[in-house]
Amino acid sequence: MPWVDACAVDDVEEEDVIRWDHEDQTYAIFRSVDDEFYCTDGLCTHEQVHLSEGLVMENEIECPKHNGLFDYRTGKALRAPVCEDLRTYETRVGNGRVMVLVE
Amino acid sequence: MSKSTTSIGSELTVRDYSLTGANTRQAIENGLSAAEWYHSDVPRKKLKSLMKRRDAPAIHDTVIWIALHFVFAAGGLYFWGSWLCVPFWFAYGVVYGSACDSRWHECGHGTAFRTRWMNDIVYHIASFQIMRNPVNWRWSHARHHTDTLIVGRDPEIAWMHPISLVLKALAFVGIVDTWTSLKTLMRNAMGNLSQEERDYIPESQWPKAVFWARLHIAIYAAVLVVSLVMLVSGAGWKSLIPILLIGGPRVYGCWHFVMTGLLQHGGLAENVLDHRLNSRTLYMNPISRWVYWNMNYHIEHHMFPMVPYYSLPALHDLIKDDLPPPNTSIWDGYREMMGSVMKQRVDPNHAIRRSLPPTARPYREHLHLAVPERNTGLEIGDRGGT
Ligand code: FES
Repeated sequence: MPWVDACAVDDVEEEDVIRWDHEDQTYAIFRSVDDEFYCTDGLCTHEQVHLSEGLVMENEIECPKHNGLFDYRTGKALRAPVCEDLRTYETRVGNGRVMVLVE
Repeated sequence: MSKSTTSIGSELTVRDYSLTGANTRQAIENGLSAAEWYHSDVPRKKLKSLMKRRDAPAIHDTVIWIALHFVFAAGGLYFWGSWLCVPFWFAYGVVYGSACDSRWHECGHGTAFRTRWMNDIVYHIASFQIMRNPVNWRWSHARHHTDTLIVGRDPEIAWMHPISLVLKALAFVGIVDTWTSLKTLMRNAMGNLSQEERDYIPESQWPKAVFWARLHIAIYAAVLVVSLVMLVSGAGWKSLIPILLIGGPRVYGCWHFVMTGLLQHGGLAENVLDHRLNSRTLYMNPISRWVYWNMNYHIEHHMFPMVPYYSLPALHDLIKDDLPPPNTSIWDGYREMMGSVMKQRVDPNHAIRRSLPPTARPYREHLHLAVPERNTGLEIGDRGGT
């Protein structure tokens, strides 16, 4: 279970998200208003749309396709049409880089 | 504005609008379902600012909306027995029976208010007013956004071929629709979801659909009982008042939402993957825009459903050079739409194809082939909810 260097801290704006592709997977990396970093699967559990195109509001990410809502810290699905939680991944920050523990 | 009268999209010889029929299979096979759609370019920073949610605009509009219910109902009651009550009931009908459609829609998207519970409350009130099961319609509308006007996939196509002009005209007085909606609510309340509903609603949500249908039916039954009690107690015509206040406006006040709703996609192309070809943006008067919550910017809404209604005019300004020119009024929209609808009655593959401004990127003519990184989970014959 390696830690992988995903992006620079400055690549993600505060209260925003970026897409990060690694091997065959796509992930979403979030930066909260408290300057914490989080990582989830990159595709919405409803119809596999990239969440990086969505809107981050405090601790939630709204999917760009049908406005489904997740708590990106826990991956919890909060509003229909999403019913299935998102998978989350541990992150850590060091030397201006965001590392993700991928499995 | 110049328009082509040629057929566009994938031509169909048979049209089966059911969600489990031949065209469903065809749409999935052709990659038309859950496809990638055309989007105008909007820089992420700009889009983020347009998507930003605030409570204030929708609170402001909702306070006015609720107040208008009381003011017009009070006028209708005060002048009861005289012709002066008619304009009040007419106006009450529109704020109840038409404005509810746009509130249902925007709050269903969760974009009206910043605060989630506010969206939810208005969504449920508006769903009740428009007699839509709040669970079923949330899912059907998600499908409408995934597969806009894709035959066999979109459950919300208003102009299905062959087009019956009589039924369309009757929609303006809501009788047929209301009857159908009540029958659906009643069926759901008895725990019965149709095959189509089971297709687009995930199984985990079925009990909720039944619960809300029961609640709606219980309220309507109570209204009917009050009305009947008044009648047998000798209230005469006054016994109609409970129905005029609750439920009735879905019939006598729906005309405005039907008028604007039919314009959204009418006369435009089915089975294309570019909202500029299947949706209509038009300008309209400020009262209609308020009732309709700016859904006259319909191409913009479909391209960017996360942009709240109060930011759609700004979005329109930003991307209008990439869109066909808007119709200039409701009248202009109807003129264009009805011209096309009459042709579609003879040739259902006919569709309006407006010329794009020179600044626009060309229409996306080629249908979806494959997007390798997206596994949409759809398979031929798939009947699971989306
Ligand atoms: S694809 Fe994310 S909510 Fe539908």
